[in-house]
Amino acid sequence: MEKSYYDPKDLAKFGNIAEFQPLLASKFFDYYGEVFKEGALTEREKALIALAVAHAVQCPYCIDAYTTGSLEKGADEAQMMEAIHVAAAIKGGAALVHGVQMMNKVKEVMM
Amino acid sequence: MKSLAAQHSLLADAAFQLDVLSQPLPQGRVFPAFGQRLQENGLLPLKPSQISILQINLGKMCNQVCKHCHVDAGPDRKEIMTRETMQLCLDALAESTIQVVDLTGGAPEMNPHFRWFVEELSKLGRQVIVRCNLTIILANKKYHDLPEFFKLHGVQVVSSLPYFTASRTDAQRGEGVFEKSIKALQMLNAVGYGQEGSGLILDLVYNPAGAFLPSSQQSLEAEFKRRLQQGYQIVFNNLFAITNLPISRYLDYLITSGNYEGYMEKLVNAFNPAAAANVMCRNTVSVGWEGSLYDCDFNQMLDLPVAATAPRHIRDFDLASLSERAIVINQHCYGCTAGAGSSCGGETVNP
Repeated sequence: MEKSYYDPKDLAKFGNIAEFQPLLASKFFDYYGEVFKEGALTEREKALIALAVAHAVQCPYCIDAYTTGSLEKGADEAQMMEAIHVAAAIKGGAALVHGVQMMNKVKEVMM
Repeated sequence: MKSLAAQHSLLADAAFQLDVLSQPLPQGRVFPAFGQRLQENGLLPLKPSQISILQINLGKMCNQVCKHCHVDAGPDRKEIMTRETMQLCLDALAESTIQVVDLTGGAPEMNPHFRWFVEELSKLGRQVIVRCNLTIILANKKYHDLPEFFKLHGVQVVSSLPYFTASRTDAQRGEGVFEKSIKALQMLNAVGYGQEGSGLILDLVYNPAGAFLPSSQQSLEAEFKRRLQQGYQIVFNNLFAITNLPISRYLDYLITSGNYEGYMEKLVNAFNPAAAANVMCRNTVSVGWEGSLYDCDFNQMLDLPVAATAPRHIRDFDLASLSERAIVINQHCYGCTAGAGSSCGGETVNP
């Protein structure tokens, strides 16, 4: 497919969002940079969280960036896949826990 | 797997590699010249600081054929330093203030004069570093006593171990390398290497097993120490995180895997002036297997000798004129100046 909504090259253009709103972009990137610095969590732990969230929000740019990012922070393949399972478990759990709501409603309306 | 030279690959030719690095990319895109980046930061010409290390390449022969090897070393490479050239190195060292000698290869231990050379360097009172690939210790009975030999001469052992798991290590260095490396590390530990208070230094080298940059050396070292201790009761002193330079076999990997442009972009974007100010070529001179002098092991493999203002062979070694030379640079130098910097001793910029 020649045309696509997603182009891998656009990841490198992320900074260009400043073109239309420099002040907000600058505030975002400052915040972003601060968030990923070593703190109470290590940079590797943060990269793995980002990788998991990238899968949960299904952002191909973020998956691209944080797969490499996790490797660069020294994570191994097993850790990366476990992080994705954590995201999957939460997403799956989030769907399933609403089953209680469904059950409540069923019990409310059924004889 | 054969060396690029044995495969008659175009990339076995240094001039061809330099062409690849300087050519525009398919869409006409050109990375800025490395020299331009140095100039912008007041570092051109790049000059030596104080030359304190003589790195000597004892030959390209190796028992391994690693996918990222910048030397294109392997069992099929026959280039090896003669005893006469080693004697010239000893003569040069005896006349100089250089205190550290860093022996590399290929597998330096495969040079038939290796032990004699270490003994002579030891007699000169120089600190000797050996870049040991670990598996050589188990490759043949005649190498099994290398740990004891190293210990006898107080040699500092620096060994590559790309990762603390077999899959990633074997992917980079060959099937079965991880298991043999672990055994060799245990043998080194058994004679005291890496043990607290022994004075016997065992350092490990981490190279990313793919087209990505190394992470922080400090955090990697902590993770390696934890995993190697837990899994195999192995101890070591320091971990050096080294960036793969886009030359030779690693360049071949980058091109054939479609990662060349992305990796170069990463290196160029990660250019760090502080790392550039501390590159290893500023305190090291590299000697090729045939005695020629280079600014570093990478320039050696790219056939880029030291500037003509300085002596170009170990027989004419002159520390004063080498200290005045301008260091030869090219696009591959982005590899040593990315992020926290990269050298044979790991990061060049403290976190």
